[in-house]
Amino acid sequence: MTMIFRVEYVYWLCGIVLVACALRELHAKRFAHAAFWGILAAIFLLGDAVKSAAAHGSVLPQQLAGIGVIALGLIAGFLRRAPTEESTSDHERRAISASRLGHKLFVPALIIPFGTLVFTLLQPFVHAGGIDQLGRAEATLLALGFACVLATFAAMQLTRSSVGNAIAETGRLLDALSWAALLPMLLAMLGAVFAATGVGEAIAHLTAAAIPVQSRLACVLAFAAGMVAFTVIMGNAFAAFPVMMAGVGLPLLIGQHHAGPAALGALGMLTGYCGTLLTPMAANFNIVPAALLELRDPNGVIRAQVPTALWLLAINLLLIWFFAFP
Amino acid sequence: MYAILIAMNYWPLLGVAVVVAGFALRANPALVVVVAAIVSALLSDMSIPDLLALLGAKFIDSRNLLVLLLTLPTIGLLERAGLREHASNWIARMRSFTFARLLIGYLAVRQLLSMLGLTGIAGHPQTVRPLLAPMAEAAAEKIHPDIDLAERERIRAFAAATDNTGLFFGEDIFIAFGAVLLIYGFYEQNGIVLDPRHIAIWALPTAIAAFVVQSIRAIRLQKRLRENASPAGGRGRAAGAGEGGILSKHNHPHPNPLPPAGEGENRAAIRRKS
Repeated sequence: MTMIFRVEYVYWLCGIVLVACALRELHAKRFAHAAFWGILAAIFLLGDAVKSAAAHGSVLPQQLAGIGVIALGLIAGFLRRAPTEESTSDHERRAISASRLGHKLFVPALIIPFGTLVFTLLQPFVHAGGIDQLGRAEATLLALGFACVLATFAAMQLTRSSVGNAIAETGRLLDALSWAALLPMLLAMLGAVFAATGVGEAIAHLTAAAIPVQSRLACVLAFAAGMVAFTVIMGNAFAAFPVMMAGVGLPLLIGQHHAGPAALGALGMLTGYCGTLLTPMAANFNIVPAALLELRDPNGVIRAQVPTALWLLAINLLLIWFFAFP
Repeated sequence: MYAILIAMNYWPLLGVAVVVAGFALRANPALVVVVAAIVSALLSDMSIPDLLALLGAKFIDSRNLLVLLLTLPTIGLLERAGLREHASNWIARMRSFTFARLLIGYLAVRQLLSMLGLTGIAGHPQTVRPLLAPMAEAAAEKIHPDIDLAERERIRAFAAATDNTGLFFGEDIFIAFGAVLLIYGFYEQNGIVLDPRHIAIWALPTAIAAFVVQSIRAIRLQKRLRENASPAGGRGRAAGAGEGGILSKHNHPHPNPLPPAGEGENRAAIRRKS
């Protein structure tokens, strides 16, 4: 059965939004910005063509995409936020509109989460267009895409806005996010490059070579510290887990000190999550929200998370020590 | 062990050094990441065509991370129509909805939804910026009407931190997604077959601990706001609620809880980083 609904459509929609924002910047004669969003738009629109070309043995499109990525990195330093004049009349207009529309304003905003929820739950039962064939991650993305389109229409209806207004507002928010919007993708790419070049194994070997393997305490501390440190470097506990388990967890804690695998696995992963709370490399959780919330300190969210992370790290260590060794 | 140390190529680790140095020197993070990837790949004896193909392929594979883009038109339009002002007014009117209750309630919902695998229904663009952050600020203003910009930013950051905590320490309990399957798959490859439910159950103590720790922090932040508020001329707790809401009686330089269009100082800080 041919699938009609594919997750690529969501990426194409992103690409179209990015093209619109790039054109808007071009119109404003902000060429660096237009190039930045334009390259990104091309990667979203052509990504699947690039992947299928690679599957058929042609790597040139992938290499061009690689050049595009390098260009994005070079342009990122030149992005400046457009000067915006926040006049008192704008503020008054918003206050009047807020009191006129009231709770109705929540409706489109809530369509995004609840629409995603409903579409995700419905998908196994929708047999049209092959939606029921999708994997879970794809299903969630597609549901989010549907919900966002629905919410955009609802918002346009409610606020009596045009597509032009919607694009202008998207451009304004994208401009506020700037390169921070791109950082999660770049970091995921970096994680994959580190994995492909053996950075993980090198760190695991160094850790394993540095600890006194006879001491259970030293092994537990090295494992936990390694999970946190490697998660901080990679920005992702999922990348750190196989590396630290292969280097320290399996041979030393399970093999030599007889830790229970289920408890060690779960608690080890959660120890890594404490690192996620602490690192700018987990950009989509820590740096993007700082930009979204317009904090002056780009590390403001991380600072707010430090006490939580340290408490949970200590609790996890105690849990491993007392419960992972039956 | 010595033989292994010899056989390994440790040079790609310099990619990690590039990241650390780049962040320390406050270079543009996007550039730092690209340079680190190139350095790490070149030092592993990868050819330049292979390097470019690797960067391109892996970047394309991570497109799912930018889908938050699709939430922006809705959020932008609603903000222009006063969403944040309304969220803030609404919280200001509700006396029983305190700062700590708001954040603890959000944390509980977020964590429970993550446990069910419903991680995508909340998040920084969808719920924190348009709803939770302005509500948290309004709730804080009920306690301390004259909070300064630094304190406002701490409150916004705390709202984002609460969302992250709820997400991270809820999702490990959901069996059919993400972390549990990764752990299960890793052990399976290494000849240890476990029941995924046994892995998930071990995430429960930390999940409870995360809820307790973050809740205590929310209560303590509320207490600190109260302490800071009380010496300031007895305008303490009751002020801010009732008559006409927050926005009408505030004429100080930051009348809007979260100014959507850049304030000078915000920009300056971000520029300094870039």
